Amino acid sequence: MKLFLIFLSAILVNNFVLQKFLGICPFLGVSKKIDTAVGMSLAVTFVMVLASIITWLLNGLLIAMNLQFLTTIVFILVIAVLVQFVEIFLKKASPALYEALGIFLPLITTNCAILGLALLNVQNNYTLLETIFNAVGAGLGFGMALILFAGIREEMEFADIPAPFKGLAGALITAGILSMSFVGFNGMIKL
Amino acid sequence: MMAESKNVPMIKELSKGIFESNPAFVQALGMCPTLATTTSATNGLGMGLATLSVLVMSNIVVSLIRKLVPEKIRIPIYIIIIAGFVTMIDLLMHGFTYDLWKTLGLFIPLIVVNCVILGRAESFASKNGIFRSILDGIGMGLGFTLALTLLGAVREIFGAGSIFGITLWGDAFNVFIMILPPGAFITLGLLIATFNWIGISKKEKAKKKAAIEKAKSQKVGDAA
Repeated sequence: MKLFLIFLSAILVNNFVLQKFLGICPFLGVSKKIDTAVGMSLAVTFVMVLASIITWLLNGLLIAMNLQFLTTIVFILVIAVLVQFVEIFLKKASPALYEALGIFLPLITTNCAILGLALLNVQNNYTLLETIFNAVGAGLGFGMALILFAGIREEMEFADIPAPFKGLAGALITAGILSMSFVGFNGMIKL
Repeated sequence: MMAESKNVPMIKELSKGIFESNPAFVQALGMCPTLATTTSATNGLGMGLATLSVLVMSNIVVSLIRKLVPEKIRIPIYIIIIAGFVTMIDLLMHGFTYDLWKTLGLFIPLIVVNCVILGRAESFASKNGIFRSILDGIGMGLGFTLALTLLGAVREIFGAGSIFGITLWGDAFNVFIMILPPGAFITLGLLIATFNWIGISKKEKAKKKAAIEKAKSQKVGDAA
């Protein structure tokens, strides 16, 4: 039951983008079209799950060696290497998916949602299974927010927006309204 | 643009980060901490100063080693340098400003992935001397700090009726949503729209002025 709650909480109640402000850069950057939004969400979810598992294992090692102060450095290195590795692997194994994800793969390294998730898992003392559920939920939550937002922005292309609100300003206010609807889930799940 | 920056006056390196290429308002970099940590003016200021110190130190080191770093592995090297400084700031804040450290929480280690810092390392410090890099770091950091403090102040005034923890009108006219996540998005959106509006009206004024002057000079030409 706790696993399911963690999963649901990561998608809705503690949505990474709209409630926790993690991964705002890709959220604003690659949300102009639904296709690219789907590609980005897939890539992020994939890396999130892998990175969470590996950082969880490494964290055990760091604690055993009493080196917790190295957490940030080790985690970001692992994520950078992992992203590179996934890129090389996908290029060989599934060129079609690699094509589809394109530029988004290398950009994931500096996506704070990945590092944030890895650090949160450790801070909350999740078990490995809980970590995996949290990662899948966070990835899906990120994807849902991104795809919803991309859908709205596609429609906004045709709207007559006052000049000062064109571009980033309008996008931020739209995100604010989207985020407001997620406030409704607040307090539904207490972990 | 950066290659010929030797001709740019020193003061320009400092001021460009505050106004014309302000990292948060103009370049839209480092959005996560901008939105997440600005629930009050104090938090915004604290986050801004933490980022400023990491930015200046990483700019110094990147600039110092810019001729030694192999082109192909420069990004991982920059990330390790930045992560080292972030760990230092994290431990220092834990020791000296424990309350702030607790409020900012997750977003202190996340300074590592703040694109402002890696962006300056890659596009400025790796191509310029140490003195210019320090100025650039201070300017960009100050611009970021100002933006965060401004956003934090607006949210605190409307959300909690106080500024820097000093009560203005208390709970009387609170717009509670300002402190919640949607408030961050909407306030930042409105602030950026205001800056755009100022920019647009300035441009239009300049255009009108130019048109009038052109008409004048034409008249003078005709008279002659």
